[in-house]
Amino acid sequence: MAATRLSGGVVVNDAQRPTEGGGEAPSRGGGRGLPGVPPGETFRPSTDTVWTWLNAVPDPEIPVISLTDLGIIRDVVYEGDTLIVTVTPTYSGCPATSIINLDIETALRGHGVENLELRRQLSPAWTTDWMTQSGRDKLEAYGIAPPQPAGGPDKCPHCGSQAVEKMSQFGSTPCKAQWRCTACLEPFDYFKCI
Amino acid sequence: MAASDKDMLAQFLLRMGDNSLILGHRVSEWCGHAPVLEEDIALANTALDLIGQTQFWLGYAAEVMDGDKTADDVAFLRDVWDFRNILLVELPNGDFGQTLMRQFLFDAYQSILLPRLMKSSDPRVSEIAEKASKECAYHVERSADTVVGLGDGTEESHTRMQAALDRLWPYVGEMFASDEVDAAMAAAGIAPDPASLRAEYDALVGKVMAEATLTIPQSDFAHKGGRNGATHTEHLGHLLTQMQWLQRAYPGASW
Repeated sequence: MAATRLSGGVVVNDAQRPTEGGGEAPSRGGGRGLPGVPPGETFRPSTDTVWTWLNAVPDPEIPVISLTDLGIIRDVVYEGDTLIVTVTPTYSGCPATSIINLDIETALRGHGVENLELRRQLSPAWTTDWMTQSGRDKLEAYGIAPPQPAGGPDKCPHCGSQAVEKMSQFGSTPCKAQWRCTACLEPFDYFKCI
Repeated sequence: MAASDKDMLAQFLLRMGDNSLILGHRVSEWCGHAPVLEEDIALANTALDLIGQTQFWLGYAAEVMDGDKTADDVAFLRDVWDFRNILLVELPNGDFGQTLMRQFLFDAYQSILLPRLMKSSDPRVSEIAEKASKECAYHVERSADTVVGLGDGTEESHTRMQAALDRLWPYVGEMFASDEVDAAMAAAGIAPDPASLRAEYDALVGKVMAEATLTIPQSDFAHKGGRNGATHTEHLGHLLTQMQWLQRAYPGASW
């Protein structure tokens, strides 16, 4: 598994530092003056809490859904005092991937997490099956047809008509295709099913 | 892993990575120039997928080759003779039809190779192939559709697609020209012998060309020299001057 040196230049430094068992690493918890964390103690939120925080980090390209809605956060665990967040890319070359890593890091550091490592996981490869129902609902309300196993949108996200046709297999981001509704004549994005 | 095994694995990874890097760069040259907006976006997306796959392949190649090199170093700081891509992908784009014909000939190969690589004995190769094969499935669907649409299209588009096939067909054979690197990969269960993929490839390409009303040339003459680095075409050097310019002019530049 490739660690931390992710495309786009996001490097999570703490991941490279060996975990030293005790609490002697510099500038932890108390160094930041976090409320409720005595000096010298490691700030260690529960993984459930971390999931809640990640649930509030929006996708940079489609901000109505969160990273957890998208299903790209694969795991949140502690190894020693280091919080490991495992992320899988949607598409290999998606430029949002490096922004997503930066946003995760910024959010978690903002909540006081100091020992953080982001790991990239390629297998199992991301699938739209991992998108949450609330994510699908939010996409549709936003005007993007959610992914369907049939390989195309079931209806126009604007007017609900089933009279839709494909314009192009590729859209404004790698994860979307361009379709149009032949009833209301509006073009729309379809979130590809992979 | 013995030193010679590592060398062989590195060569294999460079072949995979350089194919997607060079084709990705070539396809990206279309950005802002395609005949219609949807095709422009499709070409840019395809290039993006290929460059993304390149980061995985060359990232792993850099690790296998030791040292502190990264995928970026491998991509931007090697010269022509160190590249291991097949000649097909370094050829100039030509017209839109030729670009899509090249894309289909390559996608068809990848669509057969990548599923085999998913069963690789090397877990890193397997996971990269798993990711890339999903993207390749989209690429080959689109490039095949376009080849059929243009081949079985107007007289003008048919003529251009036949010319593209005639021009590019002599570059297909190199994909299947096995050598000692392939033999080592096959023996280690890392990758299939490419020669073993030929029948499946011919079946797929034959089916699409028939639908496109295009005639595959009779001659099986094949230009070679890319995947072992012996002789690249004159075009690769020109491509690298553009692709590598920034790192050559401003070493270590980043953002």
